[in-house]
Amino acid sequence: MHYAFHFNVVWDHWRELAEGALLTIRLSALAMMIGLVVATVCAYGKAAGPSAIRWAIAAYVELIRNTPFLVQIFIIYFSLPALGISVDANEAALAAMVVNFGAYGTEILRAGIESIGHGQIDAARALGLTRLQTFRYVVLFPALKTVFPALASQFILLMLASSVVSAISAVELTAITNSLQSTTFRPFEFYFVATGLYLGMALGFRAVLGGVYWMVFVRGQRS
Amino acid sequence: MNRTFELSEFLFLVAAVRWTLLLSLVAFLGGGAVGLLIAIMRTTHNRPLRLVTAGYIQLFQGTPVLMQLFLFYYGLAVLFNMQVDAWPAVALAFTLYSGAFLGEIWRGSIQAIPRTQWEASACLSLGYFQQLRFVILPQAMRISIPPTVGFLVQLIKGTSIASIIGFVELTRAGQLMVNVTFQPMLVYPVVAALYFVVCWPLSLLSRSLERRIDADLGIKRHL
Repeated sequence: MHYAFHFNVVWDHWRELAEGALLTIRLSALAMMIGLVVATVCAYGKAAGPSAIRWAIAAYVELIRNTPFLVQIFIIYFSLPALGISVDANEAALAAMVVNFGAYGTEILRAGIESIGHGQIDAARALGLTRLQTFRYVVLFPALKTVFPALASQFILLMLASSVVSAISAVELTAITNSLQSTTFRPFEFYFVATGLYLGMALGFRAVLGGVYWMVFVRGQRS
Repeated sequence: MNRTFELSEFLFLVAAVRWTLLLSLVAFLGGGAVGLLIAIMRTTHNRPLRLVTAGYIQLFQGTPVLMQLFLFYYGLAVLFNMQVDAWPAVALAFTLYSGAFLGEIWRGSIQAIPRTQWEASACLSLGYFQQLRFVILPQAMRISIPPTVGFLVQLIKGTSIASIIGFVELTRAGQLMVNVTFQPMLVYPVVAALYFVVCWPLSLLSRSLERRIDADLGIKRHL
């Protein structure tokens, strides 16, 4: 091996890398929040909607879960303009991440909803709550609590998967690393550091989500 | 001058499925060997071994596959002081990637076997490897089949990322077709459909196996 590593080149560009990491964090966090709303609506539709809607949601979930994220990105990137919606690469990437997380989230929430005892729902209905109120006040919160760890894992998978949105030239950590390594000719060093940043973000998000769980479901319920 | 997307173009994509399947197979078999080792090392009483394997799993599950591919691609180039072919880099990266996931799945399966099974086989004076070979692994294998099939779906979808470093499989073949036909809205849905045709039966199989094993173990699920 006659290769001299030059990590000082990477250090010279720490500002760009930090910016890329922030972009990845923002993109992922935004996608998760919107995706969670999509997932909640779809999970409700799948649990309480008419059969046509249930069928459509099931088809959405199965289609997304059995095709690669990268292909989904390409389809969304090319189909939004065809539908008359003009978007830049970053908005298309966000849309693809929302659609993807929405499908996995629906499936995870469905499991949570099914874990709620039927007696709870019957009791809420007997008290005169509508189906939507029952879902909103009785089912959703404990269901979210039950499946929160699975949602957190899925979110971290989403954050890691976001590295492939560079394929449609959306700007985030991977895209910035790609351009830095191509101008400095130090691919290994840059990818090594970027990989470390992703690992740090994955661990950081896990810690933050653990904190959210504690604040919302442990401390929040005690008072 | 443009080609249009017709039967011969469709057949080109269908033919590319074999590279997706071949890469998945190589990564699955190689990853299976690595994963078995990891799972066994993760469940020993040897603390350093457990820590090392936990670190390995965290490293591969906490970083994007794309970064792993870049690192192996450029890492092998650094190691051998020359540009390497995409095949060995991609095969190695996906092997280690699936080793981490399979190792974690199988660790769970081994730990799901009641401790009394270990104790009973120790009483019959079986050695550690005999316990594993004749008592623990056969039972663990049964539980592990549904999530293993589920991971296979994840792996097949994941191999699409190899297209980014220029490895020609189904997604890359789709990109090549788009470049000559300029019909992304036709080509990418076909690519997605081909993935779906491969992955969906596996997903259904995984689900039905899970249900059957749950039934055998007397676990009730609301479905």
